[in-house]
Amino acid sequence: MDIVSNQQQKRIHPHKFILWVAIASIVMMFAGLTSAFIVKSNLPGWKNIELPKWFGYSTAVIVLSSLTMQMALRSFHQREMRQYRRLIAVTFLLGVAFVVLQSLGFRSLWYQNIRFSGSAGGGQFLYVIFGLHALHVVGGIIALLVLFFKAFFGKVKLYSAIPVEVAATYWHFVDLLWIYLVVFFMLIG
Amino acid sequence: MSDTIHIHPGQVGHEVAHDDHHHGHHEQSFVTKYIFSQDHKTIGKQFLVTGIIWAIVGGLFSVLFRLQLGFPGQTFPILETVFGKWAEGGVIKAEFYYALITMHGTVLVFFVLTAGLSGTFANLLIPLQVGARDMASPFLNMLSYWFFFLASIVMISSLFLHTGPAAGGWTVYPPLSALGQASIGSRLGMDFWIVSMALFVVSALLGGLNYIATILNMRTKGMSMTRLPLTIWALFFTAVLGVLSFPVLFSGLILLLFDRNLGTSFYLSDIVVNGEILNNEGGSAILFQHLFWFLGHPEVYIILLPAMGMVSEILSVNSRKPIFGYMAMLGSLFAIAILAFLVWAHHMFVTGLNPFLGSIFVLLTLLIAVPSAIKVFNWLTTLWRGNIRLTPATLFAIGFVSLFISGGLTGIFLGNSTIDIHLHDTMFVVAHFHIVMGVASMFGMFAGIYHWFPKMFGRYLNSTLGYIHFWVTIVGAYLIFWPMHYEGLAGMPRRYLDKSSWASFSQFGDLDKMITIVSIIVFAVQLMFVFNFFYSIFKGRKVTSTNPWGANTLEWTTPINPGHGNWEGEIPEVHRWAYDYGKDGREFIPQTEPVGANESKH
Repeated sequence: MDIVSNQQQKRIHPHKFILWVAIASIVMMFAGLTSAFIVKSNLPGWKNIELPKWFGYSTAVIVLSSLTMQMALRSFHQREMRQYRRLIAVTFLLGVAFVVLQSLGFRSLWYQNIRFSGSAGGGQFLYVIFGLHALHVVGGIIALLVLFFKAFFGKVKLYSAIPVEVAATYWHFVDLLWIYLVVFFMLIG
Repeated sequence: MSDTIHIHPGQVGHEVAHDDHHHGHHEQSFVTKYIFSQDHKTIGKQFLVTGIIWAIVGGLFSVLFRLQLGFPGQTFPILETVFGKWAEGGVIKAEFYYALITMHGTVLVFFVLTAGLSGTFANLLIPLQVGARDMASPFLNMLSYWFFFLASIVMISSLFLHTGPAAGGWTVYPPLSALGQASIGSRLGMDFWIVSMALFVVSALLGGLNYIATILNMRTKGMSMTRLPLTIWALFFTAVLGVLSFPVLFSGLILLLFDRNLGTSFYLSDIVVNGEILNNEGGSAILFQHLFWFLGHPEVYIILLPAMGMVSEILSVNSRKPIFGYMAMLGSLFAIAILAFLVWAHHMFVTGLNPFLGSIFVLLTLLIAVPSAIKVFNWLTTLWRGNIRLTPATLFAIGFVSLFISGGLTGIFLGNSTIDIHLHDTMFVVAHFHIVMGVASMFGMFAGIYHWFPKMFGRYLNSTLGYIHFWVTIVGAYLIFWPMHYEGLAGMPRRYLDKSSWASFSQFGDLDKMITIVSIIVFAVQLMFVFNFFYSIFKGRKVTSTNPWGANTLEWTTPINPGHGNWEGEIPEVHRWAYDYGKDGREFIPQTEPVGANESKH
């Protein structure tokens, strides 16, 4: 909304607030999936899996990207636009690298003969849960792409930090969500 | 208030900003005004009209399967003319019957009473009653409607598939719903169902995010949380329930989609279908029930709470009395919202649930009686010795209270895990949830439509048709569902195609005939309401004053036909709660009026 009263401005910006509620909702989805995982892992026929090394690399990449995102936000606040553009581009590339590493991880599992059909096991959950997480990362990548194009080709000068802050919060969220998932799979899977 | 209007630098001006000062000068094309509109009022009307269309479709399904239940084996040649192979020889085929009951449930629960009810009134009322020009994000709000529209298109398309729509019951329990070879209703129609529901969940989430953010962030000056009308509080809790429970259904459906199409074993284990041994092992069908009912139970409150909120508002306005026990109403809404998340397993008492765990769910379930009773008491005491104006909206609101009591009482039976052993999956359950959640919420929705129609379209609905609509519907609702309690107590199962071959149930043959005939009459009266609705949009009596009901809330301070942005000048400031009726010798005191020096405190 473009019309915000002064009094309303003292409160958190509506778009940021929407993001926080959306995060709660995404958390519920993954809570549903991981609790389903726990319930199922106690049933007969369950097979545990070992995480391929690719997921270790991707963890490093996404943590790094969170760092560059935070630096990008700081440069935006300091109006260092060149620095901001460079960092946003780096974050974007790291995000793409993360998704590529995830698919390499999936491929390696697939070649270990962990497939969809047949008996239950951690592998089937892994494809669904990591796959959904990767889709959320792709959503963040698209948001970064929009910011990136606005910063390079936008005709209007950007002053409002709200879109960048919203994107940064979301990016940190998918990072934290990934760390939760990877720890979950290491401890329970 | 608009002296504080502030346009964010760096963001491209939005048409709301223009509307603000140049009312009527800003030309909007037909497409941006009526189709891809970002105006919350238009989006609300879009939800309402789509919901009405769905209600006709879903209601028609119930008439068709009631024909089978009331007159099993009888031929209706017209059915074959219309439905062809699904009703060969004029008799409804078993597959058709199961498709009908499945789609009736899905359509009414999700498309009518979730999207049609809270979609309509959350959109219409939240910005108007909190004093905002639009939602926190009008764009996401528009997307919310269009995702709902897409979900509708997918669900409608599934009706025309060669193998028909989903037919495993609206709860789509696996393994039946996961195995296409088990029933034709589990083939492509089931995939359509899942895709449609996934789109629906996206729509519900986008809407819910907006409702919450708008209520918490966009209130006008002076509108503290405890000055909010109860409608807004109810819609707030509805949105919170939706945002936290729909994602869990989404997870459950994704796993189901994998089981169906990629051969995974999330829900499947040790199954033999038609002599074929499946290689699935280690899955759990009960897991799906947990995921489903973790949404499913909050869902019934997602349906019911908006109706409760609107009824509170309408009863207070039309009995010209303050709502009795505002804080108690609020507290009970909160308690219901919390308990809604803690009772899902009472749908699963007979699945082999640990009896000790069951007893905890019995306790939590029966606890819901406390806030529910508080609400009923407060509605009755609001009416008590009021100057009641019996408008159609008031009658429907009172009808809601009546149905909520009668349907709520049978919930106490079903909430007991021991009695549930006898009653589960019988017509008693059908009677219970139809009265307490289905018909009651429909009544809340009708009350809301009759009450806020003047705000939506600047005209009134025809009252005479409204009175006929009310009396036929309430008498009909009790005639349809009351006898089902007896059938259920006698053990008659729900969902069965034909019960006439059981000696113990054939005694109910005439009762079932009566129920079917009444449901046809009630359905016809709903069509009369639909006629009233569309006729009145264009030809109804015009509203001449901005505040036709003499109500206190902010929506009645806007022009009769408000433009995008709602208020022409400043957004009004709020000085008091919404329920100063009959105070200090005055009939009503709008929220915008400052508290006088010698006015008594409420």
